[in-house]
Amino acid sequence: MNLYRAHVLICGGAGCLSSGCKAVQEKFIAELKAHNLENEVKMVETGCIGTCDLGPVIVIYPEGVFYKKVAPEDVQEIIEEHLIKGRYVTRLLYERPVSGEQIPFYNEIDFFRKQQRIALRNVGIINPEVIEEYIARDGYLALGKVLTQYTPEQVIQEIKDSGLRGRGGAGFPTGLKWEFTRKAPGDQKYVICNADEGDPGAFMDRSVLEGDPHSVIEAMTIAGYAVGANQGYVYVRAEYPLAVQRLEDAIKKAREFGMLGENILGTSFSFDLEIRVGAGAFVCGEETALLASIEGKRGEPRPKPPFPASHGLWGKPTLINNVETYANIPVIINRGADWFKQFGTEKSKGTKVFALAGKVNNTGLVEVPMGTTLREVIFELGGGIPNHKRFKAAQTGGPSGGCLTEKDLDRPMDYESLVAAGSMMGSGGLIVMDEDNCMVDVARFFLEFTQDESCGKCTPCRIGTKRMLEILIKITQGKGEERDLEILEELATTIKATALCGLGQSAPNPVLSTIRNFRDEYLAHIREKRCPAKVCRALLQYTIISELCKGCGLCARNCPEKAISGEPKKPYTIDQEKCIKCGNCLDKCPFNAIELK
Amino acid sequence: MAEACCHGISDEKYQKLDEIINQYKGKPGGLIPVLHQAQLIFGYLPKEVQIRVAEGLDIPLSEVYGVITFYSFFSQKPRGKYTIGVCLGTACYVKGAAEIVEALEENLGIKVGDTTENGEFSLMVTRCLGACGLAPVLTIGEDVYGRLTPDKIPEIIKAYENR
Ligand SMILES: Cc1cc2nc3c(=O)[nH]c(=O)nc-3n(C[C@H](O)[C@H](O)[C@H](O)COP(=O)(O)O)c2cc1C
Ligand code: FES
Repeated sequence: MNLYRAHVLICGGAGCLSSGCKAVQEKFIAELKAHNLENEVKMVETGCIGTCDLGPVIVIYPEGVFYKKVAPEDVQEIIEEHLIKGRYVTRLLYERPVSGEQIPFYNEIDFFRKQQRIALRNVGIINPEVIEEYIARDGYLALGKVLTQYTPEQVIQEIKDSGLRGRGGAGFPTGLKWEFTRKAPGDQKYVICNADEGDPGAFMDRSVLEGDPHSVIEAMTIAGYAVGANQGYVYVRAEYPLAVQRLEDAIKKAREFGMLGENILGTSFSFDLEIRVGAGAFVCGEETALLASIEGKRGEPRPKPPFPASHGLWGKPTLINNVETYANIPVIINRGADWFKQFGTEKSKGTKVFALAGKVNNTGLVEVPMGTTLREVIFELGGGIPNHKRFKAAQTGGPSGGCLTEKDLDRPMDYESLVAAGSMMGSGGLIVMDEDNCMVDVARFFLEFTQDESCGKCTPCRIGTKRMLEILIKITQGKGEERDLEILEELATTIKATALCGLGQSAPNPVLSTIRNFRDEYLAHIREKRCPAKVCRALLQYTIISELCKGCGLCARNCPEKAISGEPKKPYTIDQEKCIKCGNCLDKCPFNAIELK
Repeated sequence: MAEACCHGISDEKYQKLDEIINQYKGKPGGLIPVLHQAQLIFGYLPKEVQIRVAEGLDIPLSEVYGVITFYSFFSQKPRGKYTIGVCLGTACYVKGAAEIVEALEENLGIKVGDTTENGEFSLMVTRCLGACGLAPVLTIGEDVYGRLTPDKIPEIIKAYENR
């Protein structure tokens, strides 16, 4: 085996792919060859390193130097300076957002330093397509240990002791779920991985599947052993073709290595996996809908109980866990429940991966101990809000969750505290909003989403959310009335109490939470017909700044409604009655004389 | 009649479809994987294909139709050569995805859900693509474009027009 003196890790995650990492990688390979370094320096394409906004990113070991926004033109310099002469290419180093201080080392950058990577332990570090790299980092060790030294009951006990709770949203104790499934009567049982990741703005599960697929395969096999199942399914959403491809590849290699299939690792235990690809329906993330979808039916949920643990796929006892939940399992087995329990809060053990997105400097993936505050995540790891804007809110729990505001910044985040703050942990999407986001519009956005994704089976969700959406649209159009807020709250309470599944039961949450935290903003829309964040178009006015207008007439010629008039070389005016707020005039004016208020 | 039945779709495609149907025949839960493959072969799922799948898998046509209409990924209308999918997930939305949609509608002269007359582009909005760190994001076929602003749209479209 060749011993390399340096490794160049290049991120091949979704973010970096769209920033052009492939071209950088090709250039590297060509240049390493041209410099005769191909036997000394190894290029490794990894899964998502986490800092999507800085892509394409590379990390060079043994030093662990992190370079950001690397372009193909930079490659030659990196090779000649860094890899040959041992000098860092300073212009590509990471800089602290406010102070501008340069930080060369990966593990000293705030974004990474504050993380505790358990579920993401290999993501961004190994090449997901090489099973040996997974094995070299203790991969499949836990499976071997379990199959040769543990009874299924002991496995379940270890998971129970660890305090691990489901990362898919509800936070149900994982060990308990395994125990229910084990104890459910039946000779055929199934294990399912929920990789539907429907929360818009979340990409944790995608990164695990793309960056470390074997950790999920290993964990599901362990789960199969613990609950007594010989067949598993991974349900992946259709929007993630690369995840499907990596997982397929990993399953094939795991079979070749005897980690899947008949008589795993030479024992009497057999287990195999199949992938099922979703087809674009959010509700299929709900476990009973997911089961219907795997069965080849419309993905409609059904009432619970009975729970999947006793009546699951094709009526058989079925264990369903989320991708991130599974990714924790091998580590718990290897290092023990006590080790795992040291992280987190009293009731929420371990870590949580958050997908940081929206108005924050360092967008990307972070894994932090449960109990980390929102302030640490947004301002320390995330580097704060771009363009010196003010933090306004953070949405957690996606369309089922709510918003957290300034007052929640120092609250340690765990399952219980987020619910107490009127939101929820959800799957880990964390969308940051600044003063330019209108909370009424955000509520409308989420309701439009759930309305669109409602499967239509139950009336409260199908019709109730529609009525709520109509009211919200009315408010954003300046036609809201004072009593609308009451009606919204009343509808919300009824829907929450009566909808069939979690989708409907939680759909009103974003509305309730924004009304609670931003009542003034709603009232500005209703009473003053004003959108303080200047988002709701119908409430904005285009006006001409007479001091800047040169009277060229370009705006009037481009106005589809003939709402602009005036005489050449004199300031024009806009007839607000006729204006449809298309914004053409603003785009066309060469003198920046048109203003949006 | 053969022509009328198949809209001139080649027999070769139906042969491929039959192979796939046979692969899943009798296996529980095969309908959705078959429909995925069928859409790959035909580009969309016209009635004739639905009938073939229903008969092949021995499932009522109403059930096949029910499944197709339930999932947004399945299309009963032909799509353009390039499908543009604009992400309207939360991260993209708060970073101005609605303006990207507008810019595309204006540039292509079509509305979301439609296909340009020359059959080149279909415009769709999609759910989160999982590239939220680069919001707002769009995809054209397998290519992903991030950190978009409305003024970047004409250039992106142009690159495909000339292919
Ligand atoms: C509308 C709705 C959507 C859901 N979407 C997902 C999802 O995308 N991924 C997921 O893991 N769980 C999702 N869940 C939660 C699942 O029903 C289920 O609780 C979870 O997969 C269990 O795994 P865990 O215990 O490991 O969290 C969703 C629930 C509801 C009500
Ligand atoms: S919200 Fe657009 S990629 Fe996630």
